[in-house]
Amino acid sequence: MALYSNVIRDRFRRPRYRGTLERPDVSGEDVNPLCGDRVRIQANLADGRLVEGRWTGDCCAISAASADVLLEMAAGQPASTVRELTIESILERLDSDIRPSRMKCVALPLTVLQGALTNEVTP
Amino acid sequence: MNLGERCRRDFPILSRIVNGHPLVYLDSAASSQKPAAVIETIQRYYETSHANVHRSIHTLGEEATEQYEGARDAVRAFIGARGREEVIFTRGTTESINLVAQAVGRTLAPGDEIVVSELEHHSNLIPWQMVCRDRGTVLRAIPLLAEGYLDLEAYARLLSPRTRVVALAHVSNVLGTINPVAQMVEQAHRVGALVLLDGAQAVPHLPVDVTALGADFYAFSGHKMLGPTGIGVLHGRREILERLEPAWGGGEMIKEVWIDHAQWNDLPWRFEPGTPPIAGAVGLHAAVEYLGKLGMGQVSAHEQALTAATMEALGRIPGVSLYGPSNPEMKGAVVAFNVDGIHPHDGAALLDQHGIAVRAGHHCAQPLMKRLGIAGTLRASFSVYSTPQDVQRLADAVATLRGEL
Repeated sequence: MALYSNVIRDRFRRPRYRGTLERPDVSGEDVNPLCGDRVRIQANLADGRLVEGRWTGDCCAISAASADVLLEMAAGQPASTVRELTIESILERLDSDIRPSRMKCVALPLTVLQGALTNEVTP
Repeated sequence: MNLGERCRRDFPILSRIVNGHPLVYLDSAASSQKPAAVIETIQRYYETSHANVHRSIHTLGEEATEQYEGARDAVRAFIGARGREEVIFTRGTTESINLVAQAVGRTLAPGDEIVVSELEHHSNLIPWQMVCRDRGTVLRAIPLLAEGYLDLEAYARLLSPRTRVVALAHVSNVLGTINPVAQMVEQAHRVGALVLLDGAQAVPHLPVDVTALGADFYAFSGHKMLGPTGIGVLHGRREILERLEPAWGGGEMIKEVWIDHAQWNDLPWRFEPGTPPIAGAVGLHAAVEYLGKLGMGQVSAHEQALTAATMEALGRIPGVSLYGPSNPEMKGAVVAFNVDGIHPHDGAALLDQHGIAVRAGHHCAQPLMKRLGIAGTLRASFSVYSTPQDVQRLADAVATLRGEL
């Protein structure tokens, strides 16, 4: 398995979900203590579902690709399903040989999105 | 044959293959590799002489004590300290600085000021932030000028009779800036402040004479200067150490103990509670001997040539930005750089695929990164065993990075 798969390279070069929303229902951000990278995620909700999400951040290719596939996986899903998504499901999509030292890069967008959704339902 | 090529064969780890390539180790500022002389000395110590030091009335204990105290004498000579009572063994630079922050911090009052700089490693910043939190003292920072030099005019303005401590890096671990510390120590002393120098990136690479520099405290680590991890040094001027209370209590740092009070031991043991890192000190002794034989003037010239060659080679690659002084003579043995569009961690991971080890990230200097307006950098750093071939391999690999992502 490659260190940087075609999925990671493609999502890093041509992210589909990078950007901001005009009036997001939920948003969150956090920092990767390893590198100080910051990832922000915004999402709109309707009828308990995540309609669409967008991410921004100056971050590494792994975090960028992770955020991008995460928001693709989450689009249209019930918020309860998104809250149950695991890092394994993202790793599967990334199809790369992620080293333990970079696992936080993969996890960061998921933590941010799930944190934002949790804050939404239990203020 | 240059110094690097001669030294390389003394370092067993450098014959490793990493990801299918001969290792190019350019992360010596984080931790240097160890020559066989150091590894064998530690092994021999454990195989023949290990026991606890100072109060063991048997042959091994006496040998261990002799070797431990012998290491102190070697370090004293290596850094030009006036006496062995000025050389305190610690676990590393961070512990050395914390020791001073604890011991000196206790003497400070609300409103007293501590001066640091914007380029400090977290280990010379956080202990002082903690003093400020506990004692109500005020932290001031010397700003940076272009290219990463300290603003010495601002420094002069920051100094006042309220300044009680100045804590400064001798050499920046990111930009490599060699700060004009002798002059800065003198200015601080004129207002009555104590000065601590963080020499973690200086002692392994430059001739350092702590007596000539005149700082009250000078801290450095063994593992960055070919020695083992877990051993460091705090040099303190005798007259300052004598009037400080110990930072921490325990065995060995006392002369006589009653149930409700105790009398402190003499210097330097007063500041060394508990069983010290004996094997670490013995290994450091071997490292100091190794460096001493090479001569620190030679080491410094060798590494400066590599720094200059790296800056030139990387500077020619499109999309590469260099940080820190553009004059390599003003720099220690580090080159911080970025490749446009490549996050430092991706850059380091890709270089690792070429067998090249560099550092990536904020280098424990987040305020400096914020000041530079970047998240992090890549950093190549050198030691005695680094060679021009290492620099060439780095430059060749960096040139391919943008095509690899």
